[in-house]
Amino acid sequence: MNSSGVYARKVSIPRSGMWKDGRPALTRLDIELTERCNFACAHCSINLPAGDAGARKRELDTQAIKAILEEASSLGCLAVRFTGGEPLLRDDFAKIYTGARKLGLRVMIFTNASLLTAGMADLLAKYPPLEKIEVSIYGMSPESCQAVTGAAGGFAASMKGIELLLDRGLPFVVKGAVLPGNKKELGKFDDWASSLPWMQGRKPALAMAFELRTRRDSGEKSAGIMKVRPDPQEIVGYELGRDPDLREFRSFVAGRHELYGDLLFNCYPTGAAAVDSYGNLQYCLSLRHPDTVYDLKKGSLREAVSEFLPEVGCLRAKNADYLKRCGSCFLKEACLQCPSRSWSEHGTLDTPVDYLCRITHLKAEAAGLLKPGEKAWLPEARSRFLKYIGKDSGRPGAACPEQGKE
Amino acid sequence: MAEKIELEWVFGHSEEIVSREIEGEVIIVPLTSGIGDLEDELFTLNETGRAIWLRLDGEKKLVDIAAELGQEFDAPAETIEEDVKGLVSELLKRRMVVRKK
Repeated sequence: MNSSGVYARKVSIPRSGMWKDGRPALTRLDIELTERCNFACAHCSINLPAGDAGARKRELDTQAIKAILEEASSLGCLAVRFTGGEPLLRDDFAKIYTGARKLGLRVMIFTNASLLTAGMADLLAKYPPLEKIEVSIYGMSPESCQAVTGAAGGFAASMKGIELLLDRGLPFVVKGAVLPGNKKELGKFDDWASSLPWMQGRKPALAMAFELRTRRDSGEKSAGIMKVRPDPQEIVGYELGRDPDLREFRSFVAGRHELYGDLLFNCYPTGAAAVDSYGNLQYCLSLRHPDTVYDLKKGSLREAVSEFLPEVGCLRAKNADYLKRCGSCFLKEACLQCPSRSWSEHGTLDTPVDYLCRITHLKAEAAGLLKPGEKAWLPEARSRFLKYIGKDSGRPGAACPEQGKE
Repeated sequence: MAEKIELEWVFGHSEEIVSREIEGEVIIVPLTSGIGDLEDELFTLNETGRAIWLRLDGEKKLVDIAAELGQEFDAPAETIEEDVKGLVSELLKRRMVVRKK
């Protein structure tokens, strides 16, 4: 029967490509456990006050979330991501978490760690999430953290959470955001974050090109986000500071520069889906356009992922400006432009977001992929780019797997 | 040193793992600490391992499992018995099975 004497092997999923009978219908599910947060960051696209009774009343209850997790598990889902708002605000987080783990799901947790208790840390140590916890840290001092989050004591609370994670040996990474209140501390943040055990010397991910309110629930808050997000030139400056040659960006564009025409989604099919706090299934947690939302209370997760989401993934753009620009742009995959950003900025699925377009073009200029002022949707720019990456690689086409298909 | 496994013994799946069948694969997911390395570790079984694993129900003796497999696989009884003991020994080390009787 067996000649090797080895029967069980460790696998890393979903990178293993191990499935015999085809990929599961669902591989990862994001669940927004609450819109509420104990921080009130000005740049956040979702947060409601922690004590928002209306939001709390509308949230899925423990049983409803467990039912979704059970159905996800039955569809072959291996990983679930709990996010918010701040997921640890929920009184039933421990029950939800343990329920997910006992279904054999790996759990990703996005948190600011400020509500992590010793008891919760013990639970996470007893039933490890099998994924690194992702902790958002918004400042390196009480003052800067409060300037960003509006929460007095937030810095100390988050650092206490970090200590609990370290003490229990729980793998985690930290990430941050570039904001007026903390930008002077970014060097300190980089140094501290890269010294943490599971960061392996890497600098933390930094959010900069913040989304506007993804529920389009407050023009005032969206205006506030626009006010604090760095301008495109500043964003490219930060990126150049971290990667002076923009090598990663160039390498990405060299491999991913196909034109999408009127096809809106370049992330389809991913095998992932998202559920918001109230039981709406979405393509991702940012995309809340009514045409792309499925009410799980009126249907099933199975139907949503096998029928509804594939239809969403095939939606076509109609906006002439989008078709002229994004549909013909070789930087489309490298750009943050997507239906969700179009939705939060313009209330449509197919309107170019000038802010994102400007960032990507400036990066491409800095990386030498475009001439100053050149537009990446023009045929001559693309043609020049294709020649450029051939030359850049030293072996024409070698750095660009898609080039042979041109 | 690995524990000597007797064919008269009975084993079942440990409560420290969750066993799942997805798209034709048996996936063993660590539940409690110390089974994997805390992150990114699942386990899958080869064909032989899968056939044995699915029979480790806490009721059947290993010798009976080996006999059942003898009906399914074209292999000498001694080879099958060694495979059964080999898998159980490996899984016992990983705390994925427990001895019931």
